[in-house]
Amino acid sequence: MRSYLPSYDLRAAASLEEALRLLAESPGGWRPFAGGTDLMVLFEAGALSHRRFLSIWGLRELRGIEVTGEAITLGALTTYTDVLRHEVLRREFPLLCRAAAETGGVATQNRGTLGGNIANASPAADTPPALLVYDASLELISVRGVRVVAYDRFHTGYKQMDLAPDELIRAVRLPRGRAGWMQSYRKVGTRRAQAISKLCFAGALDVVGGRVRDARLAFASVAATVVRARQAEAVVQGQVPGSELARRAVDALASDIAPIDDLRSSARYRLRVAQNLLGGFVAG
Amino acid sequence: MPTIGQSVPRREGRAKVTGQARYVDDVALPGLMYGATVRSSVARGILRDVRYDPSIPWSEITVVTARDIPGRNRVALIADDQPWLADDRINHPEEPVVLLAHHDRHLLEEARRKVILDIEPLPPVFTIEDSLARREIVWGDDNIFKSYLVARGDVDAALASGDLVIVEGVYETGAQEQLYIEPNGMLAVASAAEGVSVRGSMQCPYYVHRALMALFDLPAERVRVVQMETGGGFGGKEEYPSIIAGHAALLAWKAGRPVKLMYDRAEDMAATTKRHPSRTRHRTAVTREGVLVAMDVDFVIDGGAYCTLSPVVLSRGTIHAPGPYYCPSVRLRGRAVATNAPPHGAFRGFGAPQSLFALERHMDRVAGAVGLAPDELRRRNFIKTGQPSAVGQVIRDPVDMDALLDRACELSDYHAKRARFAADTGVAGVRQGIGFACFMHGAGFTGSGEDHLASVVAVEARPDGRIAVLTSNTEIGQGTNTIFAQIAADALGLTPEAILVAQPDTAFVPDSGPTVASRTCMVVGRLVEAAAAGLRRMLVKAELLAEHASGDDVRRACIQYISQFGALRSTAQYQPPPGLRWDDRLYQGDAYGTYAWAVYVAEVSVDTATYEVRVDDFVAVQEVGKVINPVLATGQIEGGVAQAIGWALYERVVWREGRMLNAQMTNYIMPTSVDLPPIRVFFEERPYPYGPGGAKGIGELPMDGAAPAIANAVAHALGVDPRVVPLTPEVVMELLECRSSPHGAGGSGS
Amino acid sequence: MFHLRCRVNGEPVEVETHPMARLLDVLRQELRLTGTKEGCGEGECGACSVLIDGRLVNSCLVPALQAEGTGITTIEGVADRDRLHAVQQAFILHGGAQCGICTPGMVLAAVTLLEENPRPSVDEIRTALAGNLCRCTGYMRIVEAVLHACGPEQDRG
Repeated sequence: MRSYLPSYDLRAAASLEEALRLLAESPGGWRPFAGGTDLMVLFEAGALSHRRFLSIWGLRELRGIEVTGEAITLGALTTYTDVLRHEVLRREFPLLCRAAAETGGVATQNRGTLGGNIANASPAADTPPALLVYDASLELISVRGVRVVAYDRFHTGYKQMDLAPDELIRAVRLPRGRAGWMQSYRKVGTRRAQAISKLCFAGALDVVGGRVRDARLAFASVAATVVRARQAEAVVQGQVPGSELARRAVDALASDIAPIDDLRSSARYRLRVAQNLLGGFVAG
Repeated sequence: MPTIGQSVPRREGRAKVTGQARYVDDVALPGLMYGATVRSSVARGILRDVRYDPSIPWSEITVVTARDIPGRNRVALIADDQPWLADDRINHPEEPVVLLAHHDRHLLEEARRKVILDIEPLPPVFTIEDSLARREIVWGDDNIFKSYLVARGDVDAALASGDLVIVEGVYETGAQEQLYIEPNGMLAVASAAEGVSVRGSMQCPYYVHRALMALFDLPAERVRVVQMETGGGFGGKEEYPSIIAGHAALLAWKAGRPVKLMYDRAEDMAATTKRHPSRTRHRTAVTREGVLVAMDVDFVIDGGAYCTLSPVVLSRGTIHAPGPYYCPSVRLRGRAVATNAPPHGAFRGFGAPQSLFALERHMDRVAGAVGLAPDELRRRNFIKTGQPSAVGQVIRDPVDMDALLDRACELSDYHAKRARFAADTGVAGVRQGIGFACFMHGAGFTGSGEDHLASVVAVEARPDGRIAVLTSNTEIGQGTNTIFAQIAADALGLTPEAILVAQPDTAFVPDSGPTVASRTCMVVGRLVEAAAAGLRRMLVKAELLAEHASGDDVRRACIQYISQFGALRSTAQYQPPPGLRWDDRLYQGDAYGTYAWAVYVAEVSVDTATYEVRVDDFVAVQEVGKVINPVLATGQIEGGVAQAIGWALYERVVWREGRMLNAQMTNYIMPTSVDLPPIRVFFEERPYPYGPGGAKGIGELPMDGAAPAIANAVAHALGVDPRVVPLTPEVVMELLECRSSPHGAGGSGS
Repeated sequence: MFHLRCRVNGEPVEVETHPMARLLDVLRQELRLTGTKEGCGEGECGACSVLIDGRLVNSCLVPALQAEGTGITTIEGVADRDRLHAVQQAFILHGGAQCGICTPGMVLAAVTLLEENPRPSVDEIRTALAGNLCRCTGYMRIVEAVLHACGPEQDRG
């Protein structure tokens, strides 16, 4: 344990209302603390620079998965285990389930939350590529009210996001209707469990009459944030999947991503594997 | 009924599955303080000053520097070159400089950050190449800790011959962290009046004992070392625990209070020893029919900043370098060089996995060069009983490598798969391959090592008639307690329940040597057997026990003996098997009492999109003498193979300026339960006459064969020529991309 | 400081501690339940696994505050007094424990698995234990032990 425990504070919010009030009273003073699977790791390593945290783990208002005809709304505190056990998610959102299943082991899946994974803003996170592919939007709440942000505009730079200090992520909303799309998720992390990804790919193609009507292609660990490969998406739009299209999509990918060398992998490897996975997916 | 050969359940199993087993960090004492180590972060330099930031209440904190050392500031081991605490020179970036103790762990951690070391940097050396080239002299006169040169026959003439096929290659292996799941730790009580007493996690209590005597300049009886339950070692708790024990004791000595010094995972990974990185160059002359004529091997290991055990690691690696083959002319050159990384040290296999990786990958390439299948080339060169090894050891074992290879091929369906995978263009995105390695591992200390150790074991009867086995050999998960009880029970005619295995405590147990080198079962177990048999003979001789009596009769006889004579104790000391000879000066003779022999087969698939290699099936066939406890022995082999798969594919130490950058379990990737294949273990049992019940050593053997078998399988799958481990996906990608280059040929060898 | 109230192995417990203190430290140091081990302190190895309200967690990543009002099971609470749980029994017989340091966490992970899935396949066992690292066994004997803990051998899908 490398942090100086007495200099930290953690308190529990009794209700969502109280949590929002505390966040508003001293903006940036309290930071939300959910399942702890990221923050406690930093804390133990002596690398948690913020000192005052507000535990939102007990807030029932941020839990629960609600299904309507148009969308599924997942409370920010939905754990990976909750995701994996949900029938509709398993049927219609397989990429999110794959991501949840490949995040940590059972113990992490029991504590890690979707909201926490998003707010941690790691470019190597496992669920965001799936959320990007599913056109997720986030419901952000504060004493000022509720606003909805499209998830693909939420992360604005390395560890930067469109979230005011007094705001909480209340829920993640996934529009339904993707069940018929061709979908693929691949986390590349050397070992099959308990890995931080070297690279992560999620893709979905709506192929109608042999042509791509719509496409979503997303990556983690290849840029400062999780990213949608918009150039590659534009290339495949309206085209016939196959090896020729795959080659063109792969060419376009170079301008979508900017992988780097770090202690987990190399830029060369990340680029090449991103190309391979995208190419393989578009080739069909 | 004899218990040797039976899967007697692990003795301390119940304590372990219920959480009752006591490891050092589980001990609490009144007045306990915690210790911490302040380290250099500079790889090489001169320590100019130590400053203490005034924000910390230093008067409350126990501070120890090199000046506080009562005895000699050198860790007693082989070269005695490593300081307990740096006084002026810094030789690696984790060099301990200042020790701190306080009862509040949180304040202590804060204080550790507020000790400022003023170090004037000197140019460091980080690679084998730079060290050999003497870019800087960082150790001794020439950066060489130790070198060996062994030669027989005329190697140069063979290599110059126009009639022979010459195959060359350079092979490299990376550092590997032992990654026992219990980090290192020690608890010390020490004072001038009471002497020094240390307990903790360790493999070798008497190594710690000897080091503490020199550190405090105390006689043997004033130093006591006790091994607690130890959560894995794999060599990582062979020599380094001496340093932690010494540091904890220095703090306790100064503070006048007990001090517990536990490393956290990051410190344990960064600062303690790892497997030596290596570079092996092979030049081999072989006839067109595939018969070895000459082998020229240059084996170099990176020892890090201090000598530690590098000479012995080098010795074992060098002797194992020619493998289980007969070759009339061999030249072996071994060198251990200094760099400014933290010292590398003992790790299961002890140099042999490195040199055997090179050899067995090379043998596949030799096969390819003469157009033979890999198995056929080996068959033409396997060493046979009566033939000499490279260091002149005439093999006395009834060795039959052909039979082991046959069985391994059959169990793995090698030939069918070899043909099918080569022909198959594969399922989309997956290429499959199969490869194997043939090898041996010498049990016990090398050469005259066991003579020098002169290990002693005692067996004594307790007043209630139970029998205690006293050794300094530690249970670290491998099953020492259980097999010693089995061996003693059989020798005495008792059940294992009637045997106590004493906790290794230097106040009570004799020095039976370290728990290393696959020696615990074969060498020390043999002494347990001899001491137990001696005790039984004492009972018979005193006419208290009939020749063939067992069970309760033995117990009663013991009780009677004690009441008549006061005590019943029998000791045994190591005697070399008859005819064993070793010349330290010439480095020739019987390097080991015996060897375990093995053939391992790996089946892999490679994802052509991500370059990830997965082992799909693993067959491990070995001849290990008599198996004492099949469940434990199988578990040892499986665990060793798993660790070797990690080394072969996953575990890469990322270095920057001599420091391990990925010193977290998140970023240093060891295999999980979903990464490993079924590991199928098969034993051939040919009893070894000088092992207990016929047993040989098996602890290190399984570390040797997996990496070359996997590399050979990857070569087969992809038609590439891997020459390094770990074969991370990044490396496999590079191999595929340069496949068209001239060096890429001959990789598959089929 | 705060006053933590929870149940540990069925017994009510009250401890004065820091809200951000690791549950692992509360268990090991305050309650002297040292069967829960620390292997990495980063939620990676699973040696500190305990159950909170029946769910497996890494106790090194749970702040004491979030244990308030919960029911915690540690390795000390798995056996029914002297009667070992079937998983514990099988670990002893089939070589599931070697050095023993991962064993408490591994046993708890296996116990929760069997509560949810009494007859798991080999793949299901391997997946359920993937968050608990073992350096000694290569996992073979552990998987074997869990299979035996389910009762007599049968075909498993």
